[in-house]
Amino acid sequence: MKQIFLSLALVLVTVHLHNDAYMPQTVTIHPGDSVRFINDDDDAHTVTSTDGWFDSKGLDTNGTWVHTFLKAGVYRYFCELHPFMKGTVIVKGVHA
Amino acid sequence: MKRNDFLSHVAWTGSGIAYALSGAGIFTGRALADAAPATQFVQISDSHIGFHQAANPDVSATLKASVDAINAMAVQPKFVVHTGDITHLSTQQQFDDARAILSQLRAPLIALPGEHDVLGSDFKTYRANFGIKDAEDGGWASWDDGGVHYIVLINVFNFEKMGLMGSDQLAWLKKDLQSQYQQTPIVVFTHVPLYALFPQWGWTTQDGASALAMLAGFDHVTILNGHIHQIVTHVDGNIHFASANATAYPQLRPGTAPNPGPLTLPPDQLLHAIGYRTVRLDSGVAGIEEHPLG
Repeated sequence: MKQIFLSLALVLVTVHLHNDAYMPQTVTIHPGDSVRFINDDDDAHTVTSTDGWFDSKGLDTNGTWVHTFLKAGVYRYFCELHPFMKGTVIVKGVHA
Repeated sequence: MKRNDFLSHVAWTGSGIAYALSGAGIFTGRALADAAPATQFVQISDSHIGFHQAANPDVSATLKASVDAINAMAVQPKFVVHTGDITHLSTQQQFDDARAILSQLRAPLIALPGEHDVLGSDFKTYRANFGIKDAEDGGWASWDDGGVHYIVLINVFNFEKMGLMGSDQLAWLKKDLQSQYQQTPIVVFTHVPLYALFPQWGWTTQDGASALAMLAGFDHVTILNGHIHQIVTHVDGNIHFASANATAYPQLRPGTAPNPGPLTLPPDQLLHAIGYRTVRLDSGVAGIEEHPLG
């Protein structure tokens, strides 16, 4: 029987939702890495994929959402409540 | 839809707004006590039930204060319209909490969604809680009452593109307006401003210009919206715009800061910056009177 082992993501990058912006606006990671989004604002925000890959739904103040990116690619996202908020996750090559 | 008894079909419960279209000019405030019999409807907006930050730690209390004040009007308005963001995060608990307060309105309630009410593009949950009963599938609706043509437009989806009404809704609007006389007063309710009030903060509707072009040929058009938590009026030809205060908290004036965000005022000033408005419609032009809670 073929066994498949999945390793836990060891890399966790944090993006703050601060003053109606994603900080940093662009992060670069590798497949299997995770990004943690933390809402620092008094207002609610979302982390919503432009292409429908992921959606945090509403993140209240101090709300946290973690998403693991398995495939290489460029993932653009925005806030459904504040469309001028835009961010990008670049997933580059295989993990070292 | 065009029927005099539309309210019995669209209203979710009862509450009212006081609006007046008078022939003299638009947005001329009038003493409500004197004008009470002519009050048409009441507008409330942006209640954000579930919000609990410093800008207003008790948004349920301020919504309830608005409802109580409206219920105390000697002559009840024909209806109350809530122009969106009833909830903060679209949760069922927040919808339940909002309904518990808004169901106390004596006049019928007509509600339209804000982007906070349809997070995750979930229109189904919103409609189950506050949808207009006989609206089109997309949520938009119209009706005639007292010689005035009322229209509800939905512009809170596809927000990545600053809010889009979409081709289906625009086609419906075109057909809806074809049955109206040029002299018929028209009142439009939206959540987000239909015109480019301040696009940098998303205070615009990407395809709003298409709707405005259709409305431009009518003699008296009033467009009332929420979303920006403050009173801003604007005139474009025969079209008069008036954004409303929230019942929850104010936001910064456009362009005065890098981002809008909730505006935290000293506690004794908050009630002056939130509330409801009454609207009278006499012979074509809307007369609006603002009613801050403090």
